[in-house]
Amino acid sequence: MRLKLHVWRQRGPADAGQMVSYDMPDVSPDMSFLEMLDVLNERLTLEGEEPIAFDHDCREGICGACGLVINGIAHGPTRGTTTCQLHMRSFKDGDEIWIEPWRARAFPVIKDLVVDRKSFDRVIESGGFISVNTGSAPEANILSVAKDSADQAFEYAACIGCGACVAACKNASAMLFVGAKVSHLASLPQGRVEAGRRARAMVSAMDAEGFGSCTNQFECEAVCPKDISVRAIAKMNREYLRAGLLESES
Amino acid sequence: MKLDARIPDGPIDTKWERHCFELKLINPANKRKFRVIVVGTGLAGASAAASLAELGYQVDAFCFQDSPRRAHSIAAQGGINAAKNYQGDGDSIYRLFYDTVKGGDFRAREANVYRLAQVSVNIIDQCVAQGVPFAREYGGYLDNRSFGGAQVSRTFYARGQTGQQLLLGAYQALARQVGNKKVRMHRRCEMLDLVLVDGHAKGIITRDLITGEISRHAADAVILATGGYGNAFFLSTNAKGCNVTAAYRAYKKGAAFANPCYTQIHPTCIPVAGDHQSKLTLMSESLRNDGRIWVPKQKGDRRAAGDIPAQDRDYYLERKYPSFGNLAPRDIASRAAKEVCDEGRGVGPRGLGVYLDFAESIQRLGSHVIEERYGNLFEMYNRITGEDPYASPMRIFPAVHYTMGGLWVDYNLMSNLPGLFVLGEANFSDHGANRLGASALMQGLADGYFVVPYTIGHYLAGQRPAAVSTEHAEFARAEEETRQRISTFLSLKGSRTADSFHRELGAVLWDHCGMSRSASGLKEALRRIPALRQEFWENLRVPGSGADLNQSLEKAGRVADFMEFAELLCHDALTREESCGGHFREEYQTSEGEAQRDDANFTHVSAWEFKGLESPPEEHREPLIFENVPLAVRSYK
Ligand SMILES: Cc1cc2nc3c(=O)[nH]c(=O)nc-3n(C[C@H](O)[C@H](O)[C@H](O)COP(=O)(O)OP(=O)(O)OC[C@H]3O[C@@H](n4cnc5c(N)ncnc54)[C@H](O)[C@@H]3O)c2cc1C
Ligand code: FES
Repeated sequence: MRLKLHVWRQRGPADAGQMVSYDMPDVSPDMSFLEMLDVLNERLTLEGEEPIAFDHDCREGICGACGLVINGIAHGPTRGTTTCQLHMRSFKDGDEIWIEPWRARAFPVIKDLVVDRKSFDRVIESGGFISVNTGSAPEANILSVAKDSADQAFEYAACIGCGACVAACKNASAMLFVGAKVSHLASLPQGRVEAGRRARAMVSAMDAEGFGSCTNQFECEAVCPKDISVRAIAKMNREYLRAGLLESES
Repeated sequence: MKLDARIPDGPIDTKWERHCFELKLINPANKRKFRVIVVGTGLAGASAAASLAELGYQVDAFCFQDSPRRAHSIAAQGGINAAKNYQGDGDSIYRLFYDTVKGGDFRAREANVYRLAQVSVNIIDQCVAQGVPFAREYGGYLDNRSFGGAQVSRTFYARGQTGQQLLLGAYQALARQVGNKKVRMHRRCEMLDLVLVDGHAKGIITRDLITGEISRHAADAVILATGGYGNAFFLSTNAKGCNVTAAYRAYKKGAAFANPCYTQIHPTCIPVAGDHQSKLTLMSESLRNDGRIWVPKQKGDRRAAGDIPAQDRDYYLERKYPSFGNLAPRDIASRAAKEVCDEGRGVGPRGLGVYLDFAESIQRLGSHVIEERYGNLFEMYNRITGEDPYASPMRIFPAVHYTMGGLWVDYNLMSNLPGLFVLGEANFSDHGANRLGASALMQGLADGYFVVPYTIGHYLAGQRPAAVSTEHAEFARAEEETRQRISTFLSLKGSRTADSFHRELGAVLWDHCGMSRSASGLKEALRRIPALRQEFWENLRVPGSGADLNQSLEKAGRVADFMEFAELLCHDALTREESCGGHFREEYQTSEGEAQRDDANFTHVSAWEFKGLESPPEEHREPLIFENVPLAVRSYK
């Protein structure tokens, strides 16, 4: 099929950037979206132009490296699907496709479609873990964990840290990302001990990075390639408030 | 070059404990005077960096992705083995050891494998404490599944995303130490050379992938945990960025490269769809717990799968290997698939595929059970192929997946270059000629959490801390060479991209050094690779500059190393005149077409020393001695 692409090109952080159009005369429906960009990049290189920079690695929807805003939607039109897992059979002959990077204050553009997501790492560094040193763990089956809790923890732990939730939010809020980690660890008995401290530390790190506040419109859930529920945000707020109460009582 | 494996004396089950006691220690106050470089933040690197920082060492960690959490380990699906015997089905440390030695076709070092089985139980404890949400039974205890090459259920899993959950555990432990300022994390920062001072590994040269800045980093020891080299074949199940550069650069600096020809072809991957194909996707081996593999009995039978009645189907694994059936080890299952496709019985548009059929399991267990076990894999299959595996069988075909070969290491996981430690898929140590499913995650975490934190102290105890600075002439030399190389790439201005050379190289390797190999094919490859390499250095085109993000330049550097490495791979394959595990030489097979080992002549590790590009590498042999698992023909019948 024949497609027309409009791609965000930006030489570097200081460059203003602009949309550039490319004709794609022969796209196979079996290609992945990124394979289509590979084909375009091969062509651009041979024509003496710089290829389009975009992040990707696993191409299996799990590493969280890829992420493009496609026709205004983070990761494109197919629900529960990362950009790398989107296939061209989701488009039809003659379509025009607009391709842009994540846009958020906390994710500055590095080049073309590549953004800097170090802010996510820093939020995890502030408390997104259980403090257990190597070697100090007790026998694994000493503590039984209700299957429901383990399954729930898994649902939240499935977050791939891609940042689509931030890109989709008008306020560029990272509540879903942070909520998913807080909820993952708070759902397990091993993570309860630090639950309050973790929620407070992560929320303040999130604010310090310049992520906005929740709009309550749940655009984040709609684009999350792992279908993480906005219940994570409610759970995080609960942990945060509970920690505040405990602190004021003591 | 002298290879001393430093295997401790004594009975196999007490070697590690005794060895730990005999290793030199560094007192806690002195640990912080030592700096360790860890290249790689996959399971092996992240676990090592976190554990070393917890012990008090200063750590510099590096990865080429934008976050350590994105290392290729994240993609592992099926599970991780451990000898917990929670199922009470007869598992034990000894049995895991035995299965791994046998599964590796008697080409691994017994002592290392035994230690791996021993610490496997600690890994599960550690990960559970970190909050890894492993699958559980209704009683709240940990659940297990079965994997190929084993008759017990010892695989722990988190749906089809076990690697992700384990890596997030290690990443979070690492993040905690970054937050504590014990680890300096260098993201989007690629190691391009190793620096040796007086023969010891004392630093690396890196390129910042965003600014293009070339930097020197000095330390008291260097750990490489940079993953495997499966992407030499271009098409593989590995992430696109996986590469051999760090290991190959170390090889060129004198580190021995062991058994490069031991590559694993995984039997259950989604077949190639077209020429645009950029990578292949694995469908986890765990699917073989509930899926049955078959092809039509008749050549050229083009009926739809559902229209082929039972009597016209050949469940060839169940037929040939009745005691392991669909759970035959990977090398055997892959070769069997190739065989039926070579006979013209393959399915799908290109005839390069076999069915993996869940109809019976869905009928027996209900589709909700199958969905709970494999839901994300079924979705992934559907997204990629547009077909619904609940309704019709999956089509699968073997693909390059894992590399057992890697840098040679001794029992302490130190290479022949003092101060250079190698962990995870990047080393050669534990899987012999074939890795069993769910054992790579186990090995990566064993190396990083439970082995190197002990053994590195023994080396460092003999070193003066911070003895070398980046002002040393060796750093200047390595930096200059790196700069030269980059400017050469940019100056070539030819007419082919690095990707197009990579595809061609991959095709040569797949055809001649893939699922089956022969002397004539390997010689052909050894003729073609240098010619292709020469064209690469004349006709490569790298657009842009070296002073900012330039993905074409990154790619060119990686492909340049694959071009040289591929020759080593084929050379090793040609020299190993036997069939074992993933290395199948057509000349060496039984009358039934099974691999035929030659124990009299090849019960050794081949460790190669770089002798310059114009001369063949020199082989050094480490004999393998089997005192506990007697050498036997590996049978899964
Ligand atoms: C699709 C798939 C599924 C799998 N499923 C399973 C499974 O179910 N069970 C199992 O046991 N095994 C599985 N494996 C194998 C297993 O995932 C890998 O062998 C293992 O994760 C490798 O871990 P590692 O830490 O050695 O390296 P990796 O995770 O590959 O990490 C390499 C690291 O090195 C860094 N790096 C590399 N080169 C450089 C450089 N030059 N400079 C700076 N940094 C560098 C990278 O950034 C990365 O951080 C699977 C593999 C694949 C491909
Ligand atoms: S490239 Fe890994 S999630 Fe898309």
